[in-house]
Amino acid sequence: MIGSIFGVLFDGFAYGMLLFLLSVGLSVTLGMMNFVNLAHCSFAMLGGYVTVTLMSRYGWPFLATLPAAFVAAAAVSVVLERVLYRRLYRASDLDQCLLTIGIVFVSIAIAAYVYGTVQQPVQPPAYLQGSLEVLGVNFAVYRLFLVGTALAVTVILVGALEYTRFGAQVRAAVDNQRMARGLGINVEGAFAVTFALGSGLAGLGGALASPMIGLDPSFAFAYLIYVLIVVSVGGLASIGGSFAAAALLGISDMAGKYYVPELGAFLIYLVMVGLLMWRPSGLFGKR
Amino acid sequence: MSGAYASPQLYLEEQARWRSAEIAFWIAALLPFVFFKAYLSLASQIAITALFALSLDLILGYAGIVSLGHAAFFGIGAYAAGLLGKHGWGEPLSGLVIAAAAAALVGFAASFIVARFRHLALIMITLGMGLLLHEAANSASGLTGGADGLQGIKMWPLFGVFKFDLYGVTAYTYSLVVLFLMFLVARRLIHSPFGLSLRGIRENPLRMPAIGASSEAHIRKIYTIAAAIAGVAGALLAQTTSTVSLEVLGFQRSADVLVILILGGAGRLYGGILGAIIYMVARDQFSGLNPQYWYFWIGLLLIAVVMFLPNGILGGMAKLISSWRHRTS
Amino acid sequence: MAPQDIVTAPALATRGLDKSFGSLLVAGGIELALPQGARYALIGPNGAGKTTLINLMTGMLAPDAGQVLLDGEDITSLKPEQRVKKGLVRTFQINQLFPRLSALEAVTLAICERQGHGGAWWKRLHGYREAVEEAHGILASLHLGENCYRPARELPYGQQRLLEIALALAAKPRVLLLDEPAAGVPESESAELFTAISGLPADITVLFIEHDMNIVFRFATRIIVLVGGRVLLEGSPQEIAADPLVREVYLGKKGHHG
Repeated sequence: MIGSIFGVLFDGFAYGMLLFLLSVGLSVTLGMMNFVNLAHCSFAMLGGYVTVTLMSRYGWPFLATLPAAFVAAAAVSVVLERVLYRRLYRASDLDQCLLTIGIVFVSIAIAAYVYGTVQQPVQPPAYLQGSLEVLGVNFAVYRLFLVGTALAVTVILVGALEYTRFGAQVRAAVDNQRMARGLGINVEGAFAVTFALGSGLAGLGGALASPMIGLDPSFAFAYLIYVLIVVSVGGLASIGGSFAAAALLGISDMAGKYYVPELGAFLIYLVMVGLLMWRPSGLFGKR
Repeated sequence: MSGAYASPQLYLEEQARWRSAEIAFWIAALLPFVFFKAYLSLASQIAITALFALSLDLILGYAGIVSLGHAAFFGIGAYAAGLLGKHGWGEPLSGLVIAAAAAALVGFAASFIVARFRHLALIMITLGMGLLLHEAANSASGLTGGADGLQGIKMWPLFGVFKFDLYGVTAYTYSLVVLFLMFLVARRLIHSPFGLSLRGIRENPLRMPAIGASSEAHIRKIYTIAAAIAGVAGALLAQTTSTVSLEVLGFQRSADVLVILILGGAGRLYGGILGAIIYMVARDQFSGLNPQYWYFWIGLLLIAVVMFLPNGILGGMAKLISSWRHRTS
Repeated sequence: MAPQDIVTAPALATRGLDKSFGSLLVAGGIELALPQGARYALIGPNGAGKTTLINLMTGMLAPDAGQVLLDGEDITSLKPEQRVKKGLVRTFQINQLFPRLSALEAVTLAICERQGHGGAWWKRLHGYREAVEEAHGILASLHLGENCYRPARELPYGQQRLLEIALALAAKPRVLLLDEPAAGVPESESAELFTAISGLPADITVLFIEHDMNIVFRFATRIIVLVGGRVLLEGSPQEIAADPLVREVYLGKKGHHG
């Protein structure tokens, strides 16, 4: 009994870590430029499809596809930022929403056209399959890998933000854009790099997600809702907030599906609406 | 227009005057009865969608509230009317009134939340509320029929005489008249002091309290009104097609109506109607197309509209007309 | 103080107003009293907390401690729009206009809100004759009459500043807080603005925030100097101009324009 609780907690936490990877990039870019990028999960989807293609068509080993997914998503985001996003930094929330929804529609259609609507089978390598038994509880190796990767990324991100000059610039721009500009910080440049990194992370998240939760064209929208929940509940530009919110969401979702499946996603949405009403800037966002 | 006016009264009267293009449009709305008899069902669908888009325009185009969950009220209206029809009360007009009341009630409750937030929080809350309702309706399959939708809706003839049949004459007349009446209400509202307050909220929410206006009270009011109108549109759908399925509450419907309104041009009262006509006709023409590919073109269209035609088609036309006037003056 | 001053409550007063953002003090124990019909100016270096004080007075910012009193009535717990209805009105340093509304529409809107018609949705706007005429009257008195049909964003900057004041006047203020009314107005357009300011009815109490010492010495009968969130000094223009502390902190090398 206790074992199954631990099992659910761990699985939920692992799922939460996946959501964290998918969401952290959006949280920072939204906090930095207030740009509502609803196409964020399209980059995740791209990463997933890169992994699928490299593995099935070119026989790449799984681990090698991960950096490729990151780079591909980052590269595409750079192009989109230059061509489209850049012009809308000062536009209204609505315009940004609409533009990025348009991009999502296009990306879903392209994915469906190239790969079909069937879910892509992705097999993680043998050494990441199976499970480990620790103290009577079964831990799926892949999920352990996921958690480990996410924690490593968190450490790198927090370290970069706190201890590098670039990180300081990002933090300044998030805190007070006008002042940062006044101090001579190239806010647009910093944003472009941050945006690429955030999208790259989403791509990585998508690649990591594909063996666990499946990949098909609806990914771009289906997980967008979860990502938006994490971002708005966690607070903009807060890595810690995204981490906490993602873990909370992952565990709640998993526990809900396990213990009260009839309620479905109802509980999640209710909690989100409630939390946002209590703290509109998110749990850890700036007030 | 920066022209001179004899008096401020005349200027304001000019704003509210019925343009000849408007009158022509409403007369043209009668054309399907004569020229497109085979398409009357489609025409009725367009009228319903136009009404729904009009209700969104009131909150989005005039008050500046971005809602990703407006289909909630459309769905409430649809289910209210549908449930009445299923459980023995098929009188259309009273069904409309009850559906509007139901949607207005929920809208009123929700408005207290909606009025307090802006930006991302507002977008997320409206999205969340829409999703919540959809999930709840899905789960409450005893009441709503769940994924199968409502079965066995039986509508009585309108005024006891006009049956809702497959030819669509009753349906289109009914939908068109309701659309026109709601339109008149909306038009009146826009040209009243309340309409001016809404535009004030959209133009500069910060300035409103500084002139002594309570934006929250205004937003609650328009949100309730818009919910009621959306509910009427949903009820019309249920009554004219005798079907209600979960998609009336879905995110897809909220997103579609947003696209339609933006396409036509928000804040111009006719934008939603124009957008509905174009969107529904195009969708009908391309109905053979795989839905994935349809959304490819819609996506591209959205991108193009935001980048090049931010005020929609009507906005673009207005700009064209004013620059033409400039050159010829 | 003459006997009658003790009996009439000041038009606007603050008592022990405190506000901090974390460790940053933006208002420290501010005590002010503006008598009826006063023309006071609030000056101070950048970052002294002048706009913060206006925000505290108008209710856009909640104080950590202290009170704001309008005609002796404690309005500290009232929302901004409620304070406006009681007669405390401000203008903004950076224009806060309604860009796509014409000047006439904007001022009419303000009047309708004042009269409680802001929510009336059945009668058309042009049916509210007196509101419209009053709006036109206010605009005409500020020489905005001819341009009043154009959207606010098309007006030249000086006229936009005047519209900012028109919006405030439409609310029939008893106390008017002008936040740098001349900010950014070119020389060529400032005459209109000065006329407008001197034309303000004598029974309205006015507090200017200003950097432009021309305006300060021209219109103010008393000056309050704010530094680092606290009131440094209060006095007549001559006293302030002569005070060495003020010179050092604020007037510095510029000296003053008499």
